[in-house]
Amino acid sequence: MQTTDTGFDIRIRDALGNERVRGNFRRAMDGLMQRRLDLFPDAEAMESLRQQGMRIKASALSRLPELLEELEAKLTESGIRVHWAETPLEANRIVLDIMQSHGATSMIKGKSMVSEEMGLNEYLIERGIDVLESDLGEFILQLAGEPPSHIVAPAIHKDRYQIAELFREKFPDIPYSEDIDELTQSARTILRDRFETAEVGLSGVNFAVAETGTLCLVENEGNGRMSTTVPPVHIAVTGIEKVVGRLEEIPPLLTLLTRSATGQPVTTYFNMISSPRKPGEKDGPEEVHLVLLDNGRSEIYSDPELLATLRCIRCGACMNHCPVYTRIGGHAYGTVYPGPIGTIFEPQKGGLASYGDLTTASSLCGACGEVCPVRIPIPNLINRLRYEGNHKEGRVPGSGSKRKKSEAVIWKAWSLLHRNPLLYRMMTRTVTRLRMLAPGKAGPWTRYRTAPKPAARSLHDLARTHGVNDE
Amino acid sequence: MNTAKPKQVYFFGTCLIDLFYPGAGLAGIRLIQREGVDVIFPQNQSCCGQPAWNSGYRHEARDVAAMQLALFTKEIPIVVPSASCAGMMKEHYPALFRGTSLETTAIALSERIIELTAFLVDVLAIRLEDLGDPQKVAIHSSCSALREMQVGDRIESLVSQLSRIEKVEQAYKRECCGFGGTFSIKQPDISGAMVADKTGAIRESGADILVSQDCGCLMNIAGAFEKQGEGPRCMHIAELLWERTHADD
Repeated sequence: MQTTDTGFDIRIRDALGNERVRGNFRRAMDGLMQRRLDLFPDAEAMESLRQQGMRIKASALSRLPELLEELEAKLTESGIRVHWAETPLEANRIVLDIMQSHGATSMIKGKSMVSEEMGLNEYLIERGIDVLESDLGEFILQLAGEPPSHIVAPAIHKDRYQIAELFREKFPDIPYSEDIDELTQSARTILRDRFETAEVGLSGVNFAVAETGTLCLVENEGNGRMSTTVPPVHIAVTGIEKVVGRLEEIPPLLTLLTRSATGQPVTTYFNMISSPRKPGEKDGPEEVHLVLLDNGRSEIYSDPELLATLRCIRCGACMNHCPVYTRIGGHAYGTVYPGPIGTIFEPQKGGLASYGDLTTASSLCGACGEVCPVRIPIPNLINRLRYEGNHKEGRVPGSGSKRKKSEAVIWKAWSLLHRNPLLYRMMTRTVTRLRMLAPGKAGPWTRYRTAPKPAARSLHDLARTHGVNDE
Repeated sequence: MNTAKPKQVYFFGTCLIDLFYPGAGLAGIRLIQREGVDVIFPQNQSCCGQPAWNSGYRHEARDVAAMQLALFTKEIPIVVPSASCAGMMKEHYPALFRGTSLETTAIALSERIIELTAFLVDVLAIRLEDLGDPQKVAIHSSCSALREMQVGDRIESLVSQLSRIEKVEQAYKRECCGFGGTFSIKQPDISGAMVADKTGAIRESGADILVSQDCGCLMNIAGAFEKQGEGPRCMHIAELLWERTHADD
């Protein structure tokens, strides 16, 4: 399901060399950034909304165990069955068990990043279940046999010509078209039948409200509503961090989510699921299940700084604004969650040994932290994870596994030089005097730039000769 | 930060300026002195510790930062001609020293840190008379200036005071130039792609001069222009301001 980061460098080089994909990302991210900005015209109002979003999620996390218990009680009361999964494998087994108990062999899926985290499609398909993605982007990717490259717009790396080509290959009977509306219509026709025949519908959850036992699902295509209402059984899968306390906290979170994600004031659909079909009701599934996945989240929860990672509402704004993501795209990360949020979440979830290299792919420019609707200090957490990677007594799985002896020696020497004024001044004096001997090549730096030339005299030296006081 | 004009300030020159851009540091000192403020430059200063901090070597960063803490003991502002070093000292020193015996010292010092352009505009309310030739200037505000320190507009207002300068705007102005300290070494190709786009946009703007408040960005951008064989003159804001507003000495 996930690849380790040993191939990270190779994937980065491939991605940077692919002009088409780079162009697709730049155009798409530019559009998403502009749309978001258009909906947050008032900086002060935006800041106060972000502050509110942060408070709601932080307060929910501070009571996470209680809220999860409350959620379970409320859901159970209204007939929704709750399942707890420690690992992706456990979650997959729960889903398969539910299907088998109904003798079901077909599933239609709404978009769910947690199901990606589980590797659910592969798991079920290997066991003879017919799984079909119904989100247009996910549908395209299932045809192409690719993972999502963005958590909100999963097929954003493809342009319409590539999608047209894919449809021609997979559906030779459908007339070729490069028109977006026609392509969408073709997918819609194919999916429509399958909504009616699928025995189980699966979806994610954007917010789970503890006080009312409500599962909220945000979407634009109506496929989420179809997946959760047409098949006789609905299974929702989500991470334990999606629970919030009260229903009144949903409007600000929803506003933040849709504006930050796609620059929409509201989405086309907002589903609130609170029970299976009740006696006398004409539609809705007869059975509703919620699978709550931990997958490392409890570990993250136990660290007061790293805990902020779990505030994420999966809007994708951090990747839309990330200059690194924009250039290498989502696939280069080799993880379920790419971009800045993936850079902090994946190493904590899967360990620094496998995912620690992701933390090198950040200039710490802060664009992600600036737009995060729940104010996750992503750059600070990247910094923390770099430290954890070098430091054996850390809190994150695999801490110390990224420590390189050669680097550690350089930093030791650097530290010695810069905390000893005499040594430091000797160094600057030597370097400035011997500046003509400075090397013209400086490792990978000079691949794209010339090497910086030391000045003839240091600032220390100039300050002294200009009579600037020392104390 | 108290915005009353102080009699005296410390100047923290930064390691990059010390070795590669001392002219920018000296220009900063002179601009402050010209406003009638006495400047102290402790000769024992070296580096704020940021390179190690951002690379995940916190102990090494702390040892170097502790050395600086011992130098700036008077209750006067510490002016820093780099937003990222200022950000390190203002925003990250409290975290770096959390739980250590130096924590209160670090917090007290962090409160006295002020970035140079913010000091010139907010505290000195500097007025500039432009004596230079007409030139087109593009401004690159560092990420630390824009986001961490939120002082990105100060450089804009300083350049606007130069009457014979025409400001030009490059595309993707707020985007990172790709420097990021050790990022440029650890991910050279991503960094290279970013600086290629940045230099391209600046060249497109038709600027004669590219100015920034951070020498890390300048080293990256100027180095890329030089490698490409052509580009505008790249300089620190303090150098531009000093060069255009003082009679020859």
